[in-house]
Amino acid sequence: MIRVVLPANLRTLAGVGSVVELDVTAPVTQRSVLDALETRYPALRGTIRDAETKKRRPMIRFFACEEDWSDVSLDDPLPAEVVSGKEPFLVIGAIAGG
Amino acid sequence: MSKVRVLVGTRKGAFILSSDASRKRWQIEGPHFAGWEVYHVKGSPADPDRIFAAPSTGWHGQVMQRSDDGGKTWEVVGNQFGYDGTPGKHTWYDGSPHPYEFKRVWHVEPDLTDPETAYAGVFRTDDAGKSWRPANRGLRSNYIPDPDAEVGHCVHRIALHPSRPNTLFMQKHWDVMRTDDGGETWREISGNLPSDFGFVIDVHANEPETVYVIPIQSDTLHYVAEGKLRVYRSRTGGNEWEAMTKGLPQENCYVNVLRDALAVDALDPCGVYFGTSGGQVYASANAGDTWDAIAPNLPAVLSVEVQTLP
Repeated sequence: MIRVVLPANLRTLAGVGSVVELDVTAPVTQRSVLDALETRYPALRGTIRDAETKKRRPMIRFFACEEDWSDVSLDDPLPAEVVSGKEPFLVIGAIAGG
Repeated sequence: MSKVRVLVGTRKGAFILSSDASRKRWQIEGPHFAGWEVYHVKGSPADPDRIFAAPSTGWHGQVMQRSDDGGKTWEVVGNQFGYDGTPGKHTWYDGSPHPYEFKRVWHVEPDLTDPETAYAGVFRTDDAGKSWRPANRGLRSNYIPDPDAEVGHCVHRIALHPSRPNTLFMQKHWDVMRTDDGGETWREISGNLPSDFGFVIDVHANEPETVYVIPIQSDTLHYVAEGKLRVYRSRTGGNEWEAMTKGLPQENCYVNVLRDALAVDALDPCGVYFGTSGGQVYASANAGDTWDAIAPNLPAVLSVEVQTLP
């Protein structure tokens, strides 16, 4: 299972806790994780990436294993630690605007 | 006995205030959509338990939420908004052409008779929020570069009484206006207001010629005029206005009242409600003669709507 950490506003929206677990079909990439997240929680469509273009929203960034993955290709394989569930994939909102 | 439900949108969620017809004691529920900016919450006149809300954030964009049980529970409905074809351009602050782009839903207007239909900003849904399409052709303003532009008009708020569908009152960017021919011609009714800049305007539920505004200092100073929180009431359809101040702060008050943050109920005497940028919701159970802060410590209020329930 892939673990995903969501920001507070999206936990409220989807009615979930801070970490959600997803069943993601290989290859485990940012794209496949986000696809699985939006399939499991349709309310999140358009809130992390644009609903049409699938482009990451400007004030959202992605992290894994202490590295910023926001500008890495969406189709690059995520680290083994994320694939195994040992480390989460983090969706982080910019600390801006209070 | 009738009940009153006040729907409040704020910068950090939505709140629902409920009371009976006495409007003396209020129950406060919320925050719903905690952390989200809720620009508008409004119930369907056709089904008072169906309520639409428009939460958004700068991080996550716009979602639309709908309740079918009077605000107890909510579900996310359609949240994809787009223009048909390529949107046109308008003049940006630096004089350059800038394409129109969807930012957020500022206002939701449920249809009067069909609970499945609502209008949001410049979009309309006919399937209870599953999908939205633009529905704003026909607006005209002679003082903007393209008088027939679909968007870009500086109208802050329009109000009417159901018994007079051709009489509309408008608070715009300066000037309070009135039309009696469905918008074909307008005339100014600012009269003796201390400032004719403002955001809110609404009509007494039982008196079609009684109108309410809250004057704001100016377009660069978005707080109440002269440091006094005053609701102005005209009983003559405009021009002659009286200040209703009992229970409202009359010195050192620098709050703003946004365009969707004033509403009336349908009881007799008519109740009037408004919310401020300071997080207070004020109510009058006697058409504005006296006021009480029924919720004094909410986040900054973005919108106030009222449902009168049987």
